[in-house]
Amino acid sequence: MTITIHLFAILRDKAGTARATIELSKGTRIIEANQKLVEMYPAIHPYLAKSAFAVNEQYVSPDTELKDGDQLALIPPVSGG
Amino acid sequence: MQPDGSADWLDLLNTPLDVSAATAFVTSPRAGAIDLFLGITRAEISPAGSELLALDYQAYESMALRQLAGLASQARARWPIQKLVILHRIGRVPLGDPSVLIAVSTPHRAHAFQACQSIIDELKKQATIWKQEVWADGSATWVHEQKT
Repeated sequence: MTITIHLFAILRDKAGTARATIELSKGTRIIEANQKLVEMYPAIHPYLAKSAFAVNEQYVSPDTELKDGDQLALIPPVSGG
Repeated sequence: MQPDGSADWLDLLNTPLDVSAATAFVTSPRAGAIDLFLGITRAEISPAGSELLALDYQAYESMALRQLAGLASQARARWPIQKLVILHRIGRVPLGDPSVLIAVSTPHRAHAFQACQSIIDELKKQATIWKQEVWADGSATWVHEQKT
């Protein structure tokens, strides 16, 4: 299945991209997808532990199983306002 | 763009926030109170001793707009809000300019104060918006950049 990854702020800078597409096997959870992302972008590793996750624009737990076509956003601590 | 009719005015803008337009938008004959909050880019000195020039805001815009709509509907469920504006800047905001604007009108002032405070507090906790500090020495740091 194909998942689109959205990166922001420090994660975007460290990965050098705002968006990526990855292929994962069915039933992969976010925490497992993160391992693949760290292989692709090792520089994001130190910042992932503090990050939250959203699937299709809703905050979700890292245990969430991904589905084909999901938009997964890696959300470092927000600082709006 | 200001919405027509009774809809709330919720937006992310890369242009200066118009306080007069927001105040006019929430003005209503049924509202005896308007509470307006502005979050302003404040002067800071970096740990390296450099002065802050500006803040650069980035957002996950589609999700943040959805969150603003959620904040508006939660506030409307709790307080008798007549009209509501939530605007946030994206891109570069110079020192002293507003980066966020909340305007709420209600029949009486207590509810306007409460709703406005609740909305800004929740926005800061949840909304997928990030600020980067731009310093006079040419460096830039994301707020909450700590590694662990």
